[in-house]
Amino acid sequence: MKKQVFSQQSVVILISLVMATGFAIFLPAFLTVLNVVALLQNVAILGILSLGMAIIVIGRGIDFSMVALLVVPSGLLLQLVQDGHSIPIALAAAFALALVFGLINGFLIAYVEISPLFTTLGTGIFLAGMGQAVFFPLDVVPWGPQLNSMEWIGSGPILQIPKPIVMFVLAAMAMTFFLRKTRLGSYVYAIGDNPHGARTTGIPTRPVIVFMYVLAAMIATYAGLVMAASIHSMPTRIYNSTMIYDVILIVIIGGIGMTGGRGRVSNVIVGTVLIGILLNGMTILDVSYSAQNVVKGTVLLIALLFDTYLNPRNEDTAQQGDV
Amino acid sequence: MFQNILEFRYKYWPDHFLGEILAKRWMETAVPVIILTCTVLWLTSVIPGFLTLASISDILRQAGEVGLVVLGLSLVMIVGGIDLSVGSMFALSNLCALYLMHVLHLPVGLAVVLTLAFGAVLGAVNGILVGYCRLRAFLTTLITLIIYRSAYDLLIFRYATEIAGNLPDSMIWDFLGIGSILGLPTVAYVFAAIALFGHIFLTRMRKGWHINAIGGSRRSAFNSGIAVRRTVALCYVASGVLTAMGAVFFASRLSSAGGDIGVGLEVTALTAAVLGGISLGGGRGNATKAVAGTFIVLLITNGLTNLGFAGGYNRMFLAGILLISAAIDFRWVKNKHRIVSRAYVSPAYHELPPAPSAKIDSGTVWALNDKLKDVYVIGEGEIEGAEDVILDRYDNLYGGSRHGDIIRFFPPDYKRWEIFAHIGGAPLGMAFDRDDNLHVCVGGMGVYRITPDRKVEMVTDETNRSIYSVNDDSRMRLADDLDIVDDGRIFFSEATVRYEIHDWPIDGLEARGNGRIICYDPKTKKSHTVIRNLIFPNGVCVANNKQSILFSETWGCTVKRYWFDGPNKGKIEIVMENLPGYPDNINWASDGNYWMSLLGMRSPALDLAWKMPGFRKRMAKRVPRDEWLFPNVNIGCVLKFNDKGEVLDILWDLGAKNHPQITSMREHRGYLFLGGLSNNRIGRYKIPEGQCDPDYVQYDRRWGRDTADPSSRDEVTNQNKIKKKVEA
Repeated sequence: MKKQVFSQQSVVILISLVMATGFAIFLPAFLTVLNVVALLQNVAILGILSLGMAIIVIGRGIDFSMVALLVVPSGLLLQLVQDGHSIPIALAAAFALALVFGLINGFLIAYVEISPLFTTLGTGIFLAGMGQAVFFPLDVVPWGPQLNSMEWIGSGPILQIPKPIVMFVLAAMAMTFFLRKTRLGSYVYAIGDNPHGARTTGIPTRPVIVFMYVLAAMIATYAGLVMAASIHSMPTRIYNSTMIYDVILIVIIGGIGMTGGRGRVSNVIVGTVLIGILLNGMTILDVSYSAQNVVKGTVLLIALLFDTYLNPRNEDTAQQGDV
Repeated sequence: MFQNILEFRYKYWPDHFLGEILAKRWMETAVPVIILTCTVLWLTSVIPGFLTLASISDILRQAGEVGLVVLGLSLVMIVGGIDLSVGSMFALSNLCALYLMHVLHLPVGLAVVLTLAFGAVLGAVNGILVGYCRLRAFLTTLITLIIYRSAYDLLIFRYATEIAGNLPDSMIWDFLGIGSILGLPTVAYVFAAIALFGHIFLTRMRKGWHINAIGGSRRSAFNSGIAVRRTVALCYVASGVLTAMGAVFFASRLSSAGGDIGVGLEVTALTAAVLGGISLGGGRGNATKAVAGTFIVLLITNGLTNLGFAGGYNRMFLAGILLISAAIDFRWVKNKHRIVSRAYVSPAYHELPPAPSAKIDSGTVWALNDKLKDVYVIGEGEIEGAEDVILDRYDNLYGGSRHGDIIRFFPPDYKRWEIFAHIGGAPLGMAFDRDDNLHVCVGGMGVYRITPDRKVEMVTDETNRSIYSVNDDSRMRLADDLDIVDDGRIFFSEATVRYEIHDWPIDGLEARGNGRIICYDPKTKKSHTVIRNLIFPNGVCVANNKQSILFSETWGCTVKRYWFDGPNKGKIEIVMENLPGYPDNINWASDGNYWMSLLGMRSPALDLAWKMPGFRKRMAKRVPRDEWLFPNVNIGCVLKFNDKGEVLDILWDLGAKNHPQITSMREHRGYLFLGGLSNNRIGRYKIPEGQCDPDYVQYDRRWGRDTADPSSRDEVTNQNKIKKKVEA
């Protein structure tokens, strides 16, 4: 194989450094300890979600239902506690909901063979609608005082480092272990690299794919708990936001090719930092939300162009309906 | 008694229609239409006043606007992509139309054209990115969805008050929005016209077929010369234009630039398209499906609102339908061919008396012998599947090959060969006409003619369509063998109208009269079907009396005579029946009799199975195809018979080493040349002295040329040509 002179990762690091330097020079507020911590805190949740997305993308899939899975199960937990149920029951219900939707995703993708894009788009909308119609009477589910015993998940800094960042680092470490040291992790790479080949060599591709989506659902719920604990509420409206594109942006820009089989946790970290700098810089510049979206969208398009150029799709192993 | 009932049931109950209907393309369109009908019936019964004119008109207005969007999305889906940005494009085009009308006060026509152009530009962005830059359609249009939506948010922030403050004063504009003709809204007419055109475009026109082809297989479409990138890009542009058109009507109706216009429209449109049966992978779909899907989704969402369900339920419902119909669609596309092929094979009742014995000591005319043991082998391993062999007057030997070529072997030893002509389909039966043109039946293509200077011309590929047939039987699926009568008419057999060439043994599993004899008349240059419902008609040969043809029915195990001229014109009589094997080609013998080959021998098992159609049906459904009970086509022989149908001689290859399957034979100058559809060689058998005319050349005798002296042969031709010119 041809050795790439500039790997995508080093390019991304370079761009991040250039942008950070630029912001640091022109925006006096940028390079303060407070801002850097805030920057990281803001993207920590995105980072955790991106870890889940990274597994899916490495296994040649995509999961659009992650934001709904971030919002609804953790919102359900808050709501149930609000309604007077005990924390263990509420936790069990939240994770059971996430498990069910992870299984549905995995089943539809691995066994019914609907393309992941449509499946997760559908289940995401379904779950969001379910939250709206069935679970939550209010758009923002408040953090009940009964829950303070599990506040530690998202708030209370350790050594001045905000909890979400700690949780992100912990998740990243666990994920590195999973992807690099376990057999299932290498199965995920094999499936992403060549699904038919993986199947031929005897890897139980279908169960592994189901497992991937369940894992992603669990990670999303975990991210939701961290988020709820850190901001003391769950604003359910965010499933209408563009959060999922930030996640995809992180994964692609970090250098995890959409063709699957490539990428590591370090890619996610690099992507997260870059997006953090971008978002933070724009916020300091007082760019409106809509204009930020335009910028993000354009950056994502360019990233996709590069991704298509660097990781051209192999039409022989592309799945049917994989648009 | 039981057998009679069985025979009656399988003779008159049209089993084969089911499979043929399932295999039709319009089957997939029928499903959403049926669902739509059920939905309407259900809603009518649940919601009082559902089918009033006001309510219908209201739904049509919505359906027109959304339907145009769905049509655009469907187009993109059929070409193998997806366009999620339709909702945002809708919002932006709406804003554009409002701005042009309310703020700039442009004339309606100009405003509409500019809005459509604007939509085209929005679509072109997607088109260039997906079509030319080959980005992933789903992600790309998802991003443009965000960008367009954000742009819309930024723009309404600036222009909303200006738009709301001014109102256009235009009758035509109002007519577009709220006008109606004959009680139905304007938009419904426009939508109907575009949907109708879209349907014809996608199913009947070249460009529409290109779109389907690209969606079906991008690479194959590219290889066959379709401009894939441009076509894909144009589909996205069309999607933008259609969306903008929907937005124009929306703008003229509501004059509103609210923040949530078009939000989630892509999910509604996507659900409509998928529910209508437009496949996510591309290549399958038409406008009718899109329209049916649109109506189903709108009716149900409106119905749910009427019944008092909140927005969240609506969302769940749409997502639920999207997933279910996508699941059905993916499973159907994946398994369709299996389901159809199971339902397609529909065996018929076919009874034959016990076959005569062919054992060596049986004493019958069929008794096995070893006459073909030492045949001279020609082109071993160099030719594959010469169904028919033929020799011209210069002793050149021609044979078809599986690869779509006609191969010519040169005398005297037939070791040297060349490709005489490339046809493309599998060449089967052959015959020379008066002017040395080689006529060939080509499986899947019809009858072709190769002139002596190797030009390939099509003779006929179409006959009259029968009224009661579900399959379009005007095209020829399996033209098998032909012969040319004195006035130039060509009689040829089409073995089956239900199977393509490589599936021909499956027709033996059905044993129904699926075949026919067709006549091509050079005077009118048209073909018409002469005899129908023959059980795999195969060999065709002009009889000695020149007024009738002999033809064999392979699974019928008979040889019949059809009178095309003379006092008996139109009559069919049986020459031989209950043969012990499956007859194939028939040709002249030098002594005034006929040669015929049996391509395989009957077996008691299949004879019995032919009397048990239910058994064969179950077998076709439950057992994998390669384990079906097929007719034996591996042991055959050649026989000589006379006009009365008496067998005079029989040639076997006992070990079946050289010629396991014999599908044709041709006598030439004391030799018999043998061909076989599944053989990799041609055989030459020396006919013993005294049993043949050693100077016999079939087509010289057929067309009345003197061939006694080989050196005069060219002169004869020349003389004939001169004679003809004089006559002309």
